[in-house]
Amino acid sequence: MSSEVQPSEDRTPPVVTAERVLAGLSLLVPIVALLWVSSYSKVKPELGGVPFFYWYQILWIPASALFTGAAYLLLNRDAKQRKAALVLGHAHADADADADAKAGEQL
Amino acid sequence: MKHGVNVTALVVFVLFFVLVTVMGFLASRWRRSDNAQHLDEWGLGGRSFGTWVTWFLLGGDLYTAYTFIAVPAAVYGAGAAGFFAVPYTIIAYPLVFLFLPRLWSVARVHGYVTPADFVRGRYGSRGLSLAVALTGILATMPYIALQLVGIQAVLDTLGVGGGANSNWFVKDLPLFLAFAVLAAYTYSSGLRAPALIAFVKDTLVYIVIIVAVIYLPMRLGGYGHIFDTAAQKFSTVNPKTGKPVGAMVTPPNAQWAYATLGLGSALALFMYPHTVTGVLAAKSRNTVRRNMAILPAYSLMLGLLALLGFMAIAAGMGKGVKGYNAQLAVPQLFAGLFPDWFTGVAFAAIGIGALVPAAIMSIAAANLFTRNIYKEFLKPDATAAQETKVAKLASLLVKVGALAFVLGMDKQFAINLQLLGGLWILQTFVSIVGGLFTRWFHRWALLAGWAVGMVYGTWQTYGIASPATKHFGGNTAAIPGIGEIGFIGFTAFVLNLLVAVVLTLVLRAAKAPEGPDETTRADYTAEAAEPAATTTPEPAVA
Repeated sequence: MSSEVQPSEDRTPPVVTAERVLAGLSLLVPIVALLWVSSYSKVKPELGGVPFFYWYQILWIPASALFTGAAYLLLNRDAKQRKAALVLGHAHADADADADAKAGEQL
Repeated sequence: MKHGVNVTALVVFVLFFVLVTVMGFLASRWRRSDNAQHLDEWGLGGRSFGTWVTWFLLGGDLYTAYTFIAVPAAVYGAGAAGFFAVPYTIIAYPLVFLFLPRLWSVARVHGYVTPADFVRGRYGSRGLSLAVALTGILATMPYIALQLVGIQAVLDTLGVGGGANSNWFVKDLPLFLAFAVLAAYTYSSGLRAPALIAFVKDTLVYIVIIVAVIYLPMRLGGYGHIFDTAAQKFSTVNPKTGKPVGAMVTPPNAQWAYATLGLGSALALFMYPHTVTGVLAAKSRNTVRRNMAILPAYSLMLGLLALLGFMAIAAGMGKGVKGYNAQLAVPQLFAGLFPDWFTGVAFAAIGIGALVPAAIMSIAAANLFTRNIYKEFLKPDATAAQETKVAKLASLLVKVGALAFVLGMDKQFAINLQLLGGLWILQTFVSIVGGLFTRWFHRWALLAGWAVGMVYGTWQTYGIASPATKHFGGNTAAIPGIGEIGFIGFTAFVLNLLVAVVLTLVLRAAKAPEGPDETTRADYTAEAAEPAATTTPEPAVA
């Protein structure tokens, strides 16, 4: 289906980038926090009469949204960098082709 | 409890109902395309919904009327154990963030309408695709039926259910009407109808819940008093079992169950055909990803809503009533404490909250039938227009089936089946999500894993008795080898995965034939339908 043109090897960003690792961690944090049930199975401290068990989990709802939002932004940044690298790759490839065609001329 | 009909509340309720009915029929003109005969139009709203429409649609789809009734009912009945719905909906979004964009991309490139379409294309296996499609239909049917149960709870409290001793026709007439209207506009407008109605539903839900969590505690002596009363109730010992009737926080022996229920349900959530339908209707990959960060707004509502279970205890709902139906706790709480007109608004939120998911579910089930049974096995040369026609009829049939189910059979049976539905749909996870990342799994191994998970889970659940029912009385049991109590569906899922891995190794060693894979690697990250258009090398501006 796809006619994606692969850039030459040396210009492709590595599979593991700082952005991707951080995004993965951002997604992992809420999952681990909520599955660790014994860390929040308690009544005290209460907040406005609400036991810890309940307000802590409810507090994780906006917190998890922030983490997922961060992952979204990080991956967008990563995608932009990849695209830029791709364009750069094409630019170089085109330039190389030009150079081949007009051998002897300066770039 | 009030007797007779609550007229003010009923009038408000009916007005909202009429409003959404009109919207449902008008929806067919909303964003209409020239290609109206294609199944993408009726079944996926033209795959054109942007971030906010998708947000309303998915919110309306995932957080159903039954959720609004059942979650606080569970908290009302058992306390902390019923609160697992909150971690469940928190965990779900970061989890699905990883694979839903891939599903959206590959579905867009190949025109897949259902998850079973993807499985068919990826593994070239009609058997596996059929298994996924049937599981989806099976899990969705009782879910639709339970939406009716949600409407029933509201109608009963409004006093128009007719009570237990009126004849069945009078009793069920309002439900009948509501569903006939729903069926009609879903038939004519397709996915556009619930998408448009979801705006009304979600707005009402937000208003009602925000008012409820501020106003009700003021009437009930504050949160401190509410939780004290609840703690008192849950510490009373049940004379039959010799154990407390509930707990304010999960005791150590219930923590595995709490966590596995949360994780298992989160994994299952986006395997349901109706949630996939909502996702595939999005217009871009980023629409899907953005929604994973903004959908938790609904989870916040759900968390606050769960607290209403405690408020119902503090307000004395069902106190001293033998065999009290906990599902009436929240409707009666609203009717008892809100002014009548606002009770009408709250009930409209629940009633419309049943219509939106019921419409999407019936569309999703119809899509599955049309694409993966009708076109695959009965009429392979069906045109797009024929597909749309069959899907529309199937959506009617599905709803009639759900209605017959609720009217003709025990309600408890529908609830049991819905619990099982969550377990069943989770067994398609390995085939679908596994396939989104790797082609390593062998199609026959996936089919075997699915079968093992389905049989094991159903058999284990069958053996559980509860006061309300002899079989299928719960969804947790001892995890073999660990000894802790956990969600049966999750144990079945782990078994399913193990069988799939081991058999794949065996089948690969035996060089069993693999089906053709029509997808390529780039399909899973594609932004739009025409990959060529997006990846055309840009002009070299050096």
